[in-house]
Amino acid sequence: MSNTNYVILETAWCPGCGNFNILEALKNALEILGKKPHEVLIVGGIGQAAKTPQYINTNGFCGLHGRALPAAVGAKMVNKDLTVIVHTGDGDSYGEGGNHFIHNIRRNVDITHFVHDNQIYGLTKGQASPTTDLGHVTEVQVAGNINPPLNPVLLAIALGAGFVARAFSGDKEHLTSIMVEAIKHKGYSLVDILQPCVSFNKVNTFQWYSKRVYKLDESYDPTDKLKAMEKAMEWGDRIPIGIIYREEKPTYCDKIEFLREGPALIDRPVDIQKIKGYLNDFI
Amino acid sequence: MDYNILIGGAAGQGVETLSSVFEKVLQRNGFKVFSIRDYMSRVRGGHNFVQIRFGDQELFSHADELDGIIALNEETVDLHIGRLKADGFVICDKQVAHADDRVMALPLMEVARRVGNARVSGSAALGAALALLGISATEVEAVYSKIFRPDIARQNAEAVLEGSKLVQPRYNLSLPGDNLSLPKNSLSLPKEGENILINGNQAIALGALAAGCKFYSAYPMTPSTSIMNYLASKMMDAEIVVEQAEDEIAAINMAIGASYAGARAMTGTSGGGFSLMVEGLGLAGMLEVPLVIAEVQRPGPVTGFPTRTEQGDLKFVISASQGEFPRMVIAPRNAEDAFYQTVRAFNLADKYQIPVILLSDQFLADSTVTIKPFDFDGIRHERYITHTVEDKPYKRYKITPTGVSPRVIPGKIPGVTVLVDSDEHDEYGHITESADVRQQMVDKRLRKLEYLKQELQEPWFLGDDDFDVLILAWGSTWGPLAEAVSMLNSGQRTRYAALVFGDVWPLPTKVLVEKAKKAKKIINVEQNATGQLASLVAEVAGIFCDFSVLKYDGRPMSPRYIFEKVREKE
Repeated sequence: MSNTNYVILETAWCPGCGNFNILEALKNALEILGKKPHEVLIVGGIGQAAKTPQYINTNGFCGLHGRALPAAVGAKMVNKDLTVIVHTGDGDSYGEGGNHFIHNIRRNVDITHFVHDNQIYGLTKGQASPTTDLGHVTEVQVAGNINPPLNPVLLAIALGAGFVARAFSGDKEHLTSIMVEAIKHKGYSLVDILQPCVSFNKVNTFQWYSKRVYKLDESYDPTDKLKAMEKAMEWGDRIPIGIIYREEKPTYCDKIEFLREGPALIDRPVDIQKIKGYLNDFI
Repeated sequence: MDYNILIGGAAGQGVETLSSVFEKVLQRNGFKVFSIRDYMSRVRGGHNFVQIRFGDQELFSHADELDGIIALNEETVDLHIGRLKADGFVICDKQVAHADDRVMALPLMEVARRVGNARVSGSAALGAALALLGISATEVEAVYSKIFRPDIARQNAEAVLEGSKLVQPRYNLSLPGDNLSLPKNSLSLPKEGENILINGNQAIALGALAAGCKFYSAYPMTPSTSIMNYLASKMMDAEIVVEQAEDEIAAINMAIGASYAGARAMTGTSGGGFSLMVEGLGLAGMLEVPLVIAEVQRPGPVTGFPTRTEQGDLKFVISASQGEFPRMVIAPRNAEDAFYQTVRAFNLADKYQIPVILLSDQFLADSTVTIKPFDFDGIRHERYITHTVEDKPYKRYKITPTGVSPRVIPGKIPGVTVLVDSDEHDEYGHITESADVRQQMVDKRLRKLEYLKQELQEPWFLGDDDFDVLILAWGSTWGPLAEAVSMLNSGQRTRYAALVFGDVWPLPTKVLVEKAKKAKKIINVEQNATGQLASLVAEVAGIFCDFSVLKYDGRPMSPRYIFEKVREKE
């Protein structure tokens, strides 16, 4: 598939990094959805994954570590015409930005959150991330990681996210199809993308993931919340990938009439005479 | 004419409601009002009071001496009677035992019970006070009906009427003119010559709306919260997103996202929250995204004195965040200034693509004052947004003589994408490691500061040109200082003048240098412990103050305080 619309310069990623496939899948997904570069905003925090906006020709916002979500929802609230996608890593999303992860699920702004989850800190060279497995030895966790990993998929479902999926960077086609569904979903959607870090994670390698992941088939019902939570807890020898949970629910903008109806907020003139009328509050 | 009444009680007793009704009644009777709020960081109990000063002339500050006290509990009498004038009065319930013969113990609770609502005893006290002062209570019901449902409003109005029968008039303070006959239609604007009654935070909030602010994200923090409260009350009508963020870090990053996407955006907090926002401040500087931040100071560090006032954050705010980037800091001097400076902050933020901080404080935030209605007709929204692009691809950070690059709103020009990056970046917004590009970009950003300096407003001057002693101050100290300078100059040989800075960063120095040359002595008057303005003036202009008048007990300086402290040093 050609995706020349989005092509841009060379990356700073290591050869063999899972990010390449994720970037390709993203470009394909945008192409499938017929999005033009100027209609899309990609927001990153800090980290290797968060450099995604640098390597694709769309609007891009590379902000602060952990703070991609607040910037993304701020942009979407005032311009609902933009397709807003967050690309960050597991450290950025679940560690530094954990509070924003929790509360933006509650807000349910219509954005898509792709987490490049390699279960390790890449940019800072190999420390444990919130999703690093128990016992994983690093230069900091010298006796092996003693803190159990956070389960982002389970957490997101528990918090009421309307679209929660897991994917694997090694299966580009499957990843693309999930990305398409996630972007189409109205409201906050999370895709936790399992991805090898070839330089700093010698445990969760391409082979490690390849051996374990399996695709959810049509017999799986992603609308059953309890079943979905069960599925979300499956980790170890077999790891399910696919849409784990989905539910239509009103978005942030749906709940506020002036955001739901009419043009995007940035396209509305300010009625200064109306504001002047507020002087009445002070007499 | 100048009277000063204190209304006090425990938190939860209705001090705030009663005071705002009293203020509005005074205002509607044509008086000019200036009141301050002194409250504790608690929801119930403790001691809260409001001091309402009013007269027939414009007032700039509070005063210490009291003409009257409305005491909703005994503690209020004990705490404040020391400041009561010899001919002053105390109105309280007859259960309050006090030997002082200025105390008028009235059957306020009985009145309340008779009216059928135990909570309206404060209104009975208000009725007694209005009758004693000889001020018409005609407007009382109209004012109550703006805040209470009809039956409660009527009970309160009845309590005022009953309370007024408990005393004989002692003063006759009604003003000439027909203020009372003005019909107060709830939909009408202030009439010709009619004033408004507003506090500093409300003025900032109204200024933001007037400036076309479409996005306000904040985390509640005293004393900044009432900015968010007022904006939230207008959210649906004015079509502004007011979002309570999960923390201050989210608040500033949301506002930056909204501003990048093209909305005028703002956040607000106090010093502790601003500490959390500091990295975000740097982000706005690096991304060159316009942003307005209201920092309403309270005494720090950390939790400090949550409900009280200080000007302790000046040097922090002008240098907050790592690295070097342009910003502007404006310290509003009064409610009127707060409104216009907020509008100006949005225009300058857009023009220079920088963060602009409004540095207010609890004293200004919570002081209610009578002023002229704001001039909305002179308000301009200067956005500086480009709708056509010369360079393909678009250079978000194009190097220009002023340092300001053409700003495109993402999504608004087909084929044009907007890339911004917190990493050092080239003209296109791409990450760079180049030494040359780094230097060019630092220069570009700092060049904006040089052009911004041409927009600075010189400090306000108080007094006459033939002064001996020059006082330097900033922000809300203007109010008490304005009165203090008059007091100092009445009948004394030494002549005083003052410069009160609104723009504090960059610091305008032209008038400062001129006036400092003529001064025999220079004094800085600040609501902090280390004289931060004096230190800034020394750094920027090489001008040194001879001595300081400083106050850092959390309570605002009164004109008399400044007068006495300056006199001591004479």
